[in-house]
Amino acid sequence: MRITRINTNIVEIEQDKADLSSIDSLIEKYRNKKGNMIPILQGVQEIFGYIPRNAFKKISKETGLELSDMYGVATFYSQFRLNPVGKHIVKVCHGTACHVQNANAITDAIQEALKVSDGETTEDGLFTLESVACLGCCSLAPVMMIDDETYGKLTGDKAKKIIREIKRQEAK
Amino acid sequence: MEKIKVIVGLGSCGIAAGAKKVFDKIKDIQETENLEFELKKTSCIGMCYREPLVEIIDKNGSYMYGEIDEDKATEIIEKHFKENKPIKDYVVRADTFRTIDNTFTDDQVKITLRNCGYIDPENIDEYEARDGYRAIKKIAGQNISRLDVIQTIINSGLRGRGGGGFPTGLKWKFANNNKSQNKYIICNADEGDPGAFMDRSVLEGDPHSVIEGMIIGAYAIEATGGVIYCRAEYPLAIKRLKIAIEQARKKGYLGKNVLGIHGFDFDIYIKEGAGAFVCGEETALIASIEGERGMPRKRPPFPAASGLWKEPTNINNVETLANISWIIINGAGEYAKYGTEKSKGTKVFALVGKIKRSGLAEVPMGMTIRDVIFKIGGGIQNDKKFKAVQMGGPSGGCIPEHLLDTIVDYDSVNATGAIMGSGGMVVMDEDTCMIDVAKFFLDFTQKESCGKCTLCRIGTKRMLEILTRITEGEGVDGDIEKLEELAYQIKDSALCGLGQTAPNPVLTTIKYFRNEYEAHIYDKKCPAKVCKKLLTYEVDPEKCTGCTVCAINCPTKAIDGNRKEVHFIRQDDCIHCGTCFTKCKFDAIKIY
Repeated sequence: MRITRINTNIVEIEQDKADLSSIDSLIEKYRNKKGNMIPILQGVQEIFGYIPRNAFKKISKETGLELSDMYGVATFYSQFRLNPVGKHIVKVCHGTACHVQNANAITDAIQEALKVSDGETTEDGLFTLESVACLGCCSLAPVMMIDDETYGKLTGDKAKKIIREIKRQEAK
Repeated sequence: MEKIKVIVGLGSCGIAAGAKKVFDKIKDIQETENLEFELKKTSCIGMCYREPLVEIIDKNGSYMYGEIDEDKATEIIEKHFKENKPIKDYVVRADTFRTIDNTFTDDQVKITLRNCGYIDPENIDEYEARDGYRAIKKIAGQNISRLDVIQTIINSGLRGRGGGGFPTGLKWKFANNNKSQNKYIICNADEGDPGAFMDRSVLEGDPHSVIEGMIIGAYAIEATGGVIYCRAEYPLAIKRLKIAIEQARKKGYLGKNVLGIHGFDFDIYIKEGAGAFVCGEETALIASIEGERGMPRKRPPFPAASGLWKEPTNINNVETLANISWIIINGAGEYAKYGTEKSKGTKVFALVGKIKRSGLAEVPMGMTIRDVIFKIGGGIQNDKKFKAVQMGGPSGGCIPEHLLDTIVDYDSVNATGAIMGSGGMVVMDEDTCMIDVAKFFLDFTQKESCGKCTLCRIGTKRMLEILTRITEGEGVDGDIEKLEELAYQIKDSALCGLGQTAPNPVLTTIKYFRNEYEAHIYDKKCPAKVCKKLLTYEVDPEKCTGCTVCAINCPTKAIDGNRKEVHFIRQDDCIHCGTCFTKCKFDAIKIY
């Protein structure tokens, strides 16, 4: 089982300040629809990059969905994040094909380049590093995805170069 | 004269390999030089190892160019289009001459993938031009009854391509037998098996074939609603499905009284998965669509009796559905012509791992695994020695060399201890450690276990701990037996397919590669030199130039030596991280 928890240290400072007016239309769209919990949570994450704590409360108040049910669902599926993420999300594929082509070396290289561990966000808020099960680009293994762009046939050095390039773009 | 066509393969992996840049480059050239050719896009062509692919169709037929970058694209437009001189060196497949890549396609039979790479998936007209929606028109036009449609599918021998291998026609029959006002047909596009990507390719390359399969299935079982449950990790597939559904609605293939069949109202919506491998299991998938945690429940009742919203529900996988319209048009006999006694038709395999030609191959059932890997796949990368092929993902197992002549059909593959699964073939060579592979899969299933059944939840965790210990040199006598005991207990007690099959990777590696387990446990050695903690690093005095790079990069400063002198690793301080090995430019670090 996956174990996911809210990082309680930053909850108080950041999460309760999120501006939730942008989720009104989302709640309206799914109000009273059967099976609406996952689409609402997905919609919230689309907006914020994660699900802020006060968003759970607001959804519960507006739709009557139980907080505990939502927390149960949000922690069950790997897609949902309960903590803020960086501007760019680096997903290193650890599917079978990537694993036998040494995906660990890619994660190691990026951990070194960004100085974060798997699942963490860099201090400057630019990058979040994640491991994912399979991106379905097995023939280009090892693979990583940054935002919506997929990079294949990687080596540790190539991966670092791509990160450097994004950093350079950001510095401009 | 017909315009020359230039077609770029824009599937997910093509785009990752740089196909979008190639497409943009060709478009740019066309616009600036005002060239008269038709620039089109298609999706996965199957030859992933040659991506990006550009096809030019002129009066002499088709020329498929492989490994095209922006410069080569400019070159082929220059030479082939302007001067009419195809550049044979770049061609991987042509109508007029053979290439070395012909052996990749020679033995393939394309039914599921019949349109992939041939049509623009975002254009319904191109699908229709290749017999698209003809099957449903045939049903409507000839008034073929529901039971006759089901009988055709039963006669074709088509079995569920998602892994279970249950006869599709029978499944439809059960759903048809259960009468209700509301019934559902669900397309399982939650391809979670790491190492398999045929469903993604079909959804990206030929979404209408899946939609048509669903419409026919809906007609057969009298379904009123359709859901495609698709992984959120496949954004391009979702985008193309949405376009396809919209186009199908406009043409009257979806909606009220589909194609004039009175009382046949059917529409489809997409449900994005949220990332849980267990949702490939039918009852968990249904729970997920209903907005719950995706946890399987006890069967019976089967979904055919009580599924989505407690209504009769039929669930088919993407690849299965893509075959349906072909069978209706060409007949059950034509489909059953391919394959073995109990496994009819063709199967798509994703060839990946240490194989020369990775990509998608669709072969008739009954071909040997050896032929798939060596004839179609071209053998092992860098001509290394074949060790095993992993089939069936986390639920499957590793098939060793002496079983390579096993044929691909459900029962023969099951007999090896692996399963056909969704059709991933991950090829492993002598540099792959089988304990590491078993650990990899256990790590996966352990995380993906929903937690409902005690032995699956806790047993997989304990098995993973034992495997981790073995790979770290802490294995003890009796570990293998303990692994086996736990494995059988989990298999016996789990409610769903995930738990029942989770121990397979461990059991098959113990069965076929027991010596590797013993080497780890008793000799504290990893024969494939993968498990770092079991390796000894030494400097080769013949090759060491004294460049000091290893010493500078060693995290524990365990390497001594002056500049231009042979270096030395102090074994007591070495943490076996392998940094010196990766950093050394002179191949002077030896591993034992």
